[in-house]
Amino acid sequence: MAFASIFVPNFPLQAVVRSEPALRGRPLALIAGNPPLCSVIAVSEKTAHIGVGIGMTKTDAEQFAGLEIRPRSPAQEKTAHAVLLDVGWSVSPRMEDTAPDTIVLDLSGLESLFGSENDIGARLVERSSACGLAVNVAIASNIDTALIAARGFDGISVIPSGEESQYLGCLPVRALSPSDETSETLNRWGVATCADLTRLPVLDLSERLGQEGVRLHELARGALSRSLVIAEPVHSFEEEMELEDAVEELDPLSFLLGRLLDQLCARLAARSLGAAAIRVRCELQPSPEKAVDIRASVFSEKERPGLYEREMQLPVPARDSKMLLKLLRLRLQLNPPGAPIQKIALAAEAARPRAAQGGFFVPAFPDPEKLEITIARIAHVVGEGNVGSPSLMDTYRPDSFQMRRFSTPQEAVETTSRRSSARSAGKQRADSKALTSFRVFRPAVPAQLELRAGCPTRVAFQGLRGEVTAASGPWRTSGDWWREDPWQQDEWDLEIQFHASPEPHDRSAKASPKSGIYRFYYDSLRRGWFVRGAYD
Amino acid sequence: MSSKTSALRLQVESSLAARVASPFQYRGRPAVEAVPTGVPPVDLLTGGLPRGSLTEIYGPPCSGRTSLLISALASRTAAAEVCALVDARDAFDPRSAEAAGVKLEQLLWVRCRNVDQAIRSTDLLIQGGGFGLIALDLGDAPPNLVRYVPLQVWFRFRRAVEHTPTIFLVLEQESNAKTCASLVLGLHAQETQWLRTAGNAGESSAPHPPGHLLDGWEIHAETIRSHCARLECDVADSKGAFWLSGMWNWGGRGQR
Repeated sequence: MAFASIFVPNFPLQAVVRSEPALRGRPLALIAGNPPLCSVIAVSEKTAHIGVGIGMTKTDAEQFAGLEIRPRSPAQEKTAHAVLLDVGWSVSPRMEDTAPDTIVLDLSGLESLFGSENDIGARLVERSSACGLAVNVAIASNIDTALIAARGFDGISVIPSGEESQYLGCLPVRALSPSDETSETLNRWGVATCADLTRLPVLDLSERLGQEGVRLHELARGALSRSLVIAEPVHSFEEEMELEDAVEELDPLSFLLGRLLDQLCARLAARSLGAAAIRVRCELQPSPEKAVDIRASVFSEKERPGLYEREMQLPVPARDSKMLLKLLRLRLQLNPPGAPIQKIALAAEAARPRAAQGGFFVPAFPDPEKLEITIARIAHVVGEGNVGSPSLMDTYRPDSFQMRRFSTPQEAVETTSRRSSARSAGKQRADSKALTSFRVFRPAVPAQLELRAGCPTRVAFQGLRGEVTAASGPWRTSGDWWREDPWQQDEWDLEIQFHASPEPHDRSAKASPKSGIYRFYYDSLRRGWFVRGAYD
Repeated sequence: MSSKTSALRLQVESSLAARVASPFQYRGRPAVEAVPTGVPPVDLLTGGLPRGSLTEIYGPPCSGRTSLLISALASRTAAAEVCALVDARDAFDPRSAEAAGVKLEQLLWVRCRNVDQAIRSTDLLIQGGGFGLIALDLGDAPPNLVRYVPLQVWFRFRRAVEHTPTIFLVLEQESNAKTCASLVLGLHAQETQWLRTAGNAGESSAPHPPGHLLDGWEIHAETIRSHCARLECDVADSKGAFWLSGMWNWGGRGQR
């Protein structure tokens, strides 16, 4: 049985660098503390070379030219920890969440899937790097040896079973995390490394240092064994970013969203998942006048002041960050936030990617991801509620339907297998007559009608006048009397012979039909005649 | 053929050998697949709707254009294809479309307010690709506005759908795409037939006796332009007629 420990050195600093990749390779110092007493808590390797050390005050650190100073970010550290867990779960389902910067994986049975222990180590380093973390990986036959080796050695370390004490011998005793008192005692004794510690007799160590001494001795020999505390898999994917200066324009915001989406998609890819929905939450800069943001109140029902929240449902789970960025950008263009943004958070609802088998005889469908972008672009042209799939409502109210979100029908492929039956049905229909369709005037056009014995004889609407040559009606409909918007109408289907246009040679004028069949109705509540549409 | 010409031809062929197999051989256009409209007389007249081409259906209001479009949509959605309807004046009636057999869940409906929005939306849909049929309904748009759509727009649409399985259908009051359209079909309504229901055949003082139902109407269709040589099927004649049944047949009027 083998265990792999993944350790993120300089974790608070790496968490910040992960959210700002431009800082990678540059002198960077992390500060923490209350503002007048801020001090450096972590420095990058380059920073140590120029003389900036841990514990230095912020004022002193600012004297160094070219040094980037950032505050410690618990939010970034939380996200980096989630990323570390994702990397672990991408390889093994049995994982221990040891510390924010350390995890341990059970590698039993993974050789057949990923290859040798070295290959597994390389894979873990590669996946961590793709998610923006530089890690140490140590693989050993017991958990604590792997943990100590990961903290003590850079890169990938594979410790063969039985050679633990030999490998750990060169590490300093503090790698075993002794208490301050024990550490001081060992230092006084001149015990500097694990090899020095293993040379001491256990019994004497026990007499002088108690149980801690025995534990440290076993750790140094790699003889301590314990079982893994399994962590429950979490399916929460969230990335957030606090901005020093509020962002107002869409272009810089897109840049930041792109970065967050890249990280989010890398995490999803590590878990072999896709995003079924993306939630955007932005904290807005409070306006000095505390004015009410009209746009926000118009576009969103659940908008809270100072917060901009949107959810973007995807037709199929996706993890293409470029495509997601395009969609987010189009959504933001449609409903822009009402104030500059101070903090951005993106969360993905994870789902398994859809696997579809293509076929020679399957009709072509729009690519779901491409289709979503096309629909978002069209919505930008015609408005969000004006593009989709119509769905009829269970009511007799005229022209009642609702627009639903359009997506490539899942069952379309299955339907193809039933094409033959559809064809035969089509043939059956083809033998019969085609049906008349109807064109709706939205909104209904006001009309003037002359009646004789309750029957329309002449009509006038939209500048057209004509005689009724045939009529069918009245067809009375009414309903929803219990609601605020009831309807009560007498409908007529009228065949109309229009009078000739006064200027027939004017090509720019609207062409007037000679005749046609239209549906008129008398609205008893509004007390007027209207044209609902035409048979065409 | 002189020896000089032969030598020149040989030289051109050899220099282009890596890129073009036979540069002097005329390559005929591949046969275009046509699909049925769902109205047999129109299929007999036109050979069906050609894929990868622009088809224009024009006629005055109430001339059966929408019925033909809906029939084509029903035919395509029944074949498990995904269709799009760009509605320039928001005139589509989902209820009558469903009654005619259109599977609404396979239809993307874009409700526009003007011709400009419709053209831009169509452009996006065609570029997106993957649709079995894209219909641009300019049937209620004022003809003088549609006339202002530049010819290059129609040309671009035609080129965009070329070599794709998409049928691009345009509904108008006048033909505007000119030579960009592979098939142009003109429609106009002829005779309308009203049905008197039983029990209402008696004398009445009203000018139009109550109980009438729209039984149907005859539509005359004429093929104005068709690249028939490219179609796989034979076309009988350039003129024809078909009958549209009234809405009462599908439970509209008489069965309420």
